[in-house]
Amino acid sequence: MTDAQHRPAHDLLRQMLRIRRLEETCVELYSASKIRGFLHVQIGEEAVAAGVMSVLEPDDAVVATYREHGHALLRGVSAESVLAEMYGMQEGCCRGRGGSMHLFDAATRFYGGNAIVAGGLPVAVGLALADKMVGRERVTACFFGDGAVAEGEFHESLNLAALWQLPVLFVCENNLYAMGTALRYSESQTDLALKAAGYEIPAWAADGMDALAVAEGARRAVDAVRSGGGPHFLELRTYRFRAHSMFDPERYRDKAEVARWVERDPIRDLHERLTAEGRLSDEEWAVIQREVDAEMQKAVAFAEAGTPEPVEELTRFVYSEQSAPGRAVS
Amino acid sequence: MKTSYRDAMRAAIREALQRDERVFLMGEDVGRYGGCYAVSLGLLEEFGPERIRDTPLSESAFTGAGIGAALGGMRPIVEIMTVNFSLLALDQIMNNAATLLHMSGGQFNVPIVIRMTTGAGRQLAAQHSHSLEGWYTHIPGLRIVAPATLEDARGMLWTALEDPDPVLIFEHGTLYNAQGELDDDAGPVDIDSAAIRRPGTDVSLITYGGTLPTVLDAADRLAAEGISSEVLDLRTLRPLDDVAIAATVAKTHRAVVVDEGWRSGSLSAEISARITETLFYDLDAPVGRVCSAEVPMPYARHLELAALPTAERVVAAVRQAVPARG
Repeated sequence: MTDAQHRPAHDLLRQMLRIRRLEETCVELYSASKIRGFLHVQIGEEAVAAGVMSVLEPDDAVVATYREHGHALLRGVSAESVLAEMYGMQEGCCRGRGGSMHLFDAATRFYGGNAIVAGGLPVAVGLALADKMVGRERVTACFFGDGAVAEGEFHESLNLAALWQLPVLFVCENNLYAMGTALRYSESQTDLALKAAGYEIPAWAADGMDALAVAEGARRAVDAVRSGGGPHFLELRTYRFRAHSMFDPERYRDKAEVARWVERDPIRDLHERLTAEGRLSDEEWAVIQREVDAEMQKAVAFAEAGTPEPVEELTRFVYSEQSAPGRAVS
Repeated sequence: MKTSYRDAMRAAIREALQRDERVFLMGEDVGRYGGCYAVSLGLLEEFGPERIRDTPLSESAFTGAGIGAALGGMRPIVEIMTVNFSLLALDQIMNNAATLLHMSGGQFNVPIVIRMTTGAGRQLAAQHSHSLEGWYTHIPGLRIVAPATLEDARGMLWTALEDPDPVLIFEHGTLYNAQGELDDDAGPVDIDSAAIRRPGTDVSLITYGGTLPTVLDAADRLAAEGISSEVLDLRTLRPLDDVAIAATVAKTHRAVVVDEGWRSGSLSAEISARITETLFYDLDAPVGRVCSAEVPMPYARHLELAALPTAERVVAAVRQAVPARG
């Protein structure tokens, strides 16, 4: 096979590794008290963001959850900007106002970073509504967890998107736990794709531990959405290897269960598969690892050298600057 | 021309739809039904279902969709049938509309206008009679307006749509049938300043929205007793026009705040606090307040009237603040 044929798989591997290393860096920095607040990492779930992001176009929109560092990174927000944000620096993507759970980036149409479970779904529906009204062929990809499925906003949003045939891709990152509550304690129907089917939304599941499978499932769905097929729903079954957040003692699941899932590490699996098939040499893998490590080291140095957002700027961005209270209206 | 508050509001929506193709109206029963309060009656026929969008009863989803559409470059007018139902959309209003600009470090402003009916007085009982605009004034990032006159019903919407940030318009349910004269060329008005609706010298009556007619009625009765009231219509509830409030109180040295919300933790409390913070030594009497009784609004007419700010209660509060003449 030619290099060009290997490139998509290599790229998925590289992108997953970027997420993994970024998240590991975050955990380290959190342990060193460089980052504070809540921190939710997606170690184990990298195939989801890597697969879906690989099929989106630059003009598409992304709405994500509070476990979104990897989504932001793969959407094109630099690791520098993400880490500087968590450091509370002016150079952060939100100038230190958002932190880990609220990463935003206008340049890549990354609309958060939403820390209210299911709160992003209505916004995604509206972004898609604007595209449909204007006649733009763009897709809005909306990520949410299995916990969101229990929220009213999930059901309202799926219904509205289906009713108005809006170009939204609903991506359910089913990691089996809503914080510490297992799906079986939270849903009467645990086959989540059936919920979407109830709203007449085409839905299918893909193995969320396999980036190639995710990319394939997402490609089919995104193509259908973009060509006017209305909303689609993708359920990606995945697992987070780490705790829900840095404060979670993980009383709700056994170590044996976690160990079973770790056996299915999406990065190791893809690496082994590509190597076994002769599609990735040890040298190529070493280069990828080196480049990703260098990227993260550079990002940490960037954040360390950042400028704390000045306190004098505290009240900026509550209102747009031309609409500050007391402004004159012509 | 002779018109009504309802018709003035409809004229404002029609003008906005004509002037800017990004504008659309979305909400429950705004199209085929013609609007719960008939504000949008006839607009579906004129502008079509793309721009006059009937929504399911999904306050959170369609309000959030309005936020998303605003982020996507549109200028949505979201109609929430009443403030009571807006509680179902509070997550979107507070956690997204009011917050996105700040959380994103200034990257994402949300140019949405959300209209809703507020207030009691029509025997609709507790779940349809709340006056919660004061709650919304607690939230940084929102602009809150309350048109009380035909000019403001006609003029506030366009200015709100030009605002780059979320604006909530509270329309008191008892005002829709208000009739009066409106200039043929009436158009956009500012949404920054309070307005003196009646000049006076003895006491400042500070109010907004649905209680403005009540307060003007009280001012007439007080005039007959020789008490000259200055009536200040706040118009914009957030941000408050502190300059106008200070000016009228500095002039009359007495203030009574009339607010249909409950008294505890209310907008009237905020105004009273600001007056005492800045004008304490100008005051000749404690700041008075007339608010709704602290009960869920009852159905029976006599009970509802007993719970609401009435002209009689305003007159009584002013008598407390102003020493007897003669």
